[in-house]
Amino acid sequence: MLAAIVLFWYAAAIWMNAPWQDTLNSRANLTNVPFTDFALSTWAQAKPVLPSPHQVFAEVWNATIGTDITSKRSLAYHAGITLGGTLLGFALGTLLGVGLAVMIVHNDASNRSLMPWIIASQTIPILAIAPMVVVGLGAVGVTGMLPKALISMYLSFFPVVVGMVKGLRTPESIQLDLMRTYNASPWQVFSKLRWPSAIPFLFASMKVGIAISLIGAVVGELSNNAGGGLGVRLLTGSYNGQTVQIWAALFIAAGLAAALVIAVGFAERLANARMGARA
Amino acid sequence: MSLAASVVSAKNLGLTFSTNDGDVIALSDVNLEIGAGEFVSFIGPSGCGKTTFLRVIADLEQPTSGSITVNGTSPSDARLNRAYGYVFQAPALYPWRTIEQNVALPLEIMGLSDRAARIQRTLELVNLTGFEKKFPWQLSGGMQQRASIARALSFDADLLLMDEPFGALDEIVRDHLNSELLKLWARTKKTIAFVTHSIPEAVYLSTKIVVMSPRPGRVTDIIESDLPAERPLDIRETPEFLRLAARVRDACAPATRTRSRACASFSTARPCPFSSCSPRSCSSGTPPPSG
Repeated sequence: MLAAIVLFWYAAAIWMNAPWQDTLNSRANLTNVPFTDFALSTWAQAKPVLPSPHQVFAEVWNATIGTDITSKRSLAYHAGITLGGTLLGFALGTLLGVGLAVMIVHNDASNRSLMPWIIASQTIPILAIAPMVVVGLGAVGVTGMLPKALISMYLSFFPVVVGMVKGLRTPESIQLDLMRTYNASPWQVFSKLRWPSAIPFLFASMKVGIAISLIGAVVGELSNNAGGGLGVRLLTGSYNGQTVQIWAALFIAAGLAAALVIAVGFAERLANARMGARA
Repeated sequence: MSLAASVVSAKNLGLTFSTNDGDVIALSDVNLEIGAGEFVSFIGPSGCGKTTFLRVIADLEQPTSGSITVNGTSPSDARLNRAYGYVFQAPALYPWRTIEQNVALPLEIMGLSDRAARIQRTLELVNLTGFEKKFPWQLSGGMQQRASIARALSFDADLLLMDEPFGALDEIVRDHLNSELLKLWARTKKTIAFVTHSIPEAVYLSTKIVVMSPRPGRVTDIIESDLPAERPLDIRETPEFLRLAARVRDACAPATRTRSRACASFSTARPCPFSSCSPRSCSSGTPPPSG
């Protein structure tokens, strides 16, 4: 499968970079270039329309391992900035999501009133909101990680609310009746019954939430290129036609998202093992 | 409270559920005394209100008429005093807790001390010693139900309410658990209210059998058992046992001769045990619709 993608990618690179290569060749008065030479040169342009895989991975390598981590050119440095915003936003979003879910499950008025607003919040395009948040907060002196984190939070609380409302409502009536026969307090019902039964739902929601947190952080960075981060690399790359740089940043972002989802999955397995799930 | 005092006392108890399709009379005019140390079974077809009555004792449903006391107080106060342990139809163990943690659940909620000793003692009562660290899914259905009984026993309430606890188990496991329950009852001297729809189970276990009938749910007969306290499983083949079982069957299932008797009395003084059956359906021999 991977081989097929790479093959397709190389073929597409020839096709998409061909017009520019033709121009280059005619400027150099080259005619009758053999196809193999032509293909090799489409894969080695400085600013290709579609960079070839080996160019992208060379750039990824150079910009991470090959560059000092404190350098502004290091993608590891920018990935670190993005990661910080993502994690803070994810933590805030998860807390907000759980908080809202608890209110919805325990309070009838919240149950009726909150959900439509929560759904409406997700119909607003984040690309429209993000600059307003970043610029608005920047105007009152809040810059750096927090505006990005707020955008991440805005995206990531949603799956957590939906999952946790479902999760906190999973206990069956006999399990709730059982708590009633013990004369358990609402807090005991929550901590000993509703919360543990919602844990599997929490992890499923968090897996979705952390991936879109990263998207939120990158989108937040697009609106403020002073702070750095993968979003800024994407933006400067596109300003300067540095397609290789864009693709490298994209791959780092994708790798980061995958690593974060795997990390949540690992935490889920630890929790499951503690809670006696079947191996 | 003296030993002879009644643990549960219901007078003219009624409960009507309001539904969108109109009122459903779940219990009507129930009068019943349960004395300390008794083993009382509630038997009858589904819809006769036996589970509802148990839930009223447990303060899980509120009666709409009449009065009921549990340990001399209202069911609500009895629940607040943690006067009873309730065993549901399904084990309802928490899957994320081990067996000992499940048994510890009421102890944690009630803030009781010496948990380890209580857990060990109750698990011993239900023969689950050695399974403390297992999770519920590692146990068979019968063992899970025993663990749920242990959970109901762990905080030493004097009253045990059991709602068809063995209804979902196969007959062999059920026989085994029935005889274990009798031993447990003899050892702990608890008062047990036990809902079932198995006549042999009711006759085998009980000192008193309450026969109920549906629409509206009410008590049609209360049969005191004359079986000896010591009951090996093969007591179920003795003539005394079969006679008692036949009596219970007569009282709750209106098979041919009982129905004709019931129908004969319908037009006279005694009300028909099947309020829903019209004299016509009785005389035509069609049983009332069961629910």
